[in-house]
Amino acid sequence: MENKYSKKQLMELYETMYKMRRFEEEVFEFYKKGMMPGLAHLYLGEEAIATGVCAALQEDDYIGSTHRGHGHLVARGARIDKMMAEILGKEDGYSRGKGGSMHIMAMDKGILGANGIVGGEIPIATGAAYAAKYRGTDQVAVSFMGDSATNEGTFHESINMAAAWNLPVVYVIENNLYGISVDIRDVTNTLNLADRAIGYGIPGVVVDGMDVFAVHKVTEEAVERARSGHGPTLIECKTYRWQGHHVGDPATYRERKDPNEKTIWMEKCPLRSFRSVLLDSKITEKELVKLEAEVDKEVEAAVQFAIDSPYPDPAEAYKDVYTDM
Amino acid sequence: MREILYRDAICEALDEEMERDGNVLLLGEDVGFLGGNFKTSVGLFEKYGDLRVKDTPISEAGFVGMGTGMALTGLRPVIELMFSDFLLVAADQIINNAAKIRYMSGGQVTVPMVIRTPIGGGRSSAAQHSQSMQAMVAQFPGMKVVVPSNAQEAKGLLKTAIRDDNPVIFFEHKMEYSNKYMIDDVVEPIPFGKARIAREGRDVTIVATSSMVMKSEKAAEELEKQGISCEVIDLRTIVPLDREVIVESVKKTGRLLVVDEAHVRCGIGAEIGADVMDDVFYYLDAPVGRIGTPNVPLPFSPALEFPVIPSTEKIIAKVNQMMK
Repeated sequence: MENKYSKKQLMELYETMYKMRRFEEEVFEFYKKGMMPGLAHLYLGEEAIATGVCAALQEDDYIGSTHRGHGHLVARGARIDKMMAEILGKEDGYSRGKGGSMHIMAMDKGILGANGIVGGEIPIATGAAYAAKYRGTDQVAVSFMGDSATNEGTFHESINMAAAWNLPVVYVIENNLYGISVDIRDVTNTLNLADRAIGYGIPGVVVDGMDVFAVHKVTEEAVERARSGHGPTLIECKTYRWQGHHVGDPATYRERKDPNEKTIWMEKCPLRSFRSVLLDSKITEKELVKLEAEVDKEVEAAVQFAIDSPYPDPAEAYKDVYTDM
Repeated sequence: MREILYRDAICEALDEEMERDGNVLLLGEDVGFLGGNFKTSVGLFEKYGDLRVKDTPISEAGFVGMGTGMALTGLRPVIELMFSDFLLVAADQIINNAAKIRYMSGGQVTVPMVIRTPIGGGRSSAAQHSQSMQAMVAQFPGMKVVVPSNAQEAKGLLKTAIRDDNPVIFFEHKMEYSNKYMIDDVVEPIPFGKARIAREGRDVTIVATSSMVMKSEKAAEELEKQGISCEVIDLRTIVPLDREVIVESVKKTGRLLVVDEAHVRCGIGAEIGADVMDDVFYYLDAPVGRIGTPNVPLPFSPALEFPVIPSTEKIIAKVNQMMK
């Protein structure tokens, strides 16, 4: 599979994935040191999904993101220093401290917003797809969501309309099995969530969310289908979050049924498996180490940028409520 | 001047704005082929086509959320919710999303979306099709809240709403749709936040919204015969609020009555009364009065419904009480 990629493409995919991993590790550090206001929902373990999906997109495509959205932003090329500053509630953050981890938005990268309401962004991304169709552009919207969002009404309403009107949108479920503590298998009588696509008359695809090549391949097909006017696709990526629902959640609930569950999934680490595939192909250990060192440096700079950025003036709270009042 | 139905004035505003700006489109239940449940978009489907005048499934949260996505990406959607009661079905998309996205983004984006929806009782539509949601919506920052009175006002304010870069909740009164009004041949957009003095007076200031403006004008005519002179202020918009016009009027009259059809509890009357008090306290000759729907759901039977809806008679009685 990896043979269809150029060396440059492979290095870019790895850089994105590694950056996500390092970014989230530093966010976790901020939390542990008590430097972060509020909480964050870490993307650790799910990196192959955002990387594979966003690699299939054009510059002017849109994505709708979720509360677990840092990875999506990194994959779209958002500035990690401004992301980090936002997570610390600083003036130089994307929203000047008014959004925080759950609401980072980078409209210049086509990011319609991370969203603190489960299922909240699904109709919004669908509306962006409608706008693309209305304007007659070839843009596509991707709507990321967790497994639990598939039980929200907006999931049904949005996909139903997108299917009825052949909208250029791709729905990507990141099925990490849990909605906070609740096991999706205990509250949903569908083994594969992608099977729900049948009810809407659209293709549904299940893919290994730990395999960046597999995710990229199915997304390319779905994006091509959307771009060519054939409507939406529902992709379910099977994945796992290394940490709890948010930083500080020990996630002991996951040991109830299988004490080894986390270990089994961590053995499928998307970064480690991708790295070994790269080493088996055209790329050397030395090249990867060099790339990793560069990313480490960029992430360290982002951390320092966030620490150095001042807190916003209290008057900032009153800005941007309206455009003109 | 010419005569027009209120519903046709709405339709004209939509038509003129769609003709003016290709980014304006209309979505909602039955807005297309049927021309709207209250016939406010008759002919637009035929004129602008299926992509631009879109009949949606009954998925309020879904198509309101889609409106937000369209607005974020450069369109100016007008969404029709068939009854304002259905705002609650889409409340998360309106209040948690549309109203807050600009703020949460630190001003990176705008959400130029209008949600048009009818309020009010009087049609035996009972508890889930008769509510007036303007007070509830006004509680949340991020939206403008418009409560037009007659056809001229509805047309001018709707044009402004469509050109506004913020989410606007535009409340039409369902008992007005079939009423005839005189209207200017050309209606220009009416700025938000500028209340209209519908009738000048000396003794009592009546601040009213939507249909209550016309009921207050009728009450003022009757009261004039009794020698009581009422100033009637058509509020036009609850957010932004034209505080100055109210304060200046109350300083002159010494009495303030607020008439809005939403429930009295935590309503527009309580809000305006408290808001202006800092400036009018020493000018008042009577406590601030408020008339709204009592704190009961809207009942079905006309025998029950009409007694709870604010009426001209109730306004007259309240003014008389305030004049004692």
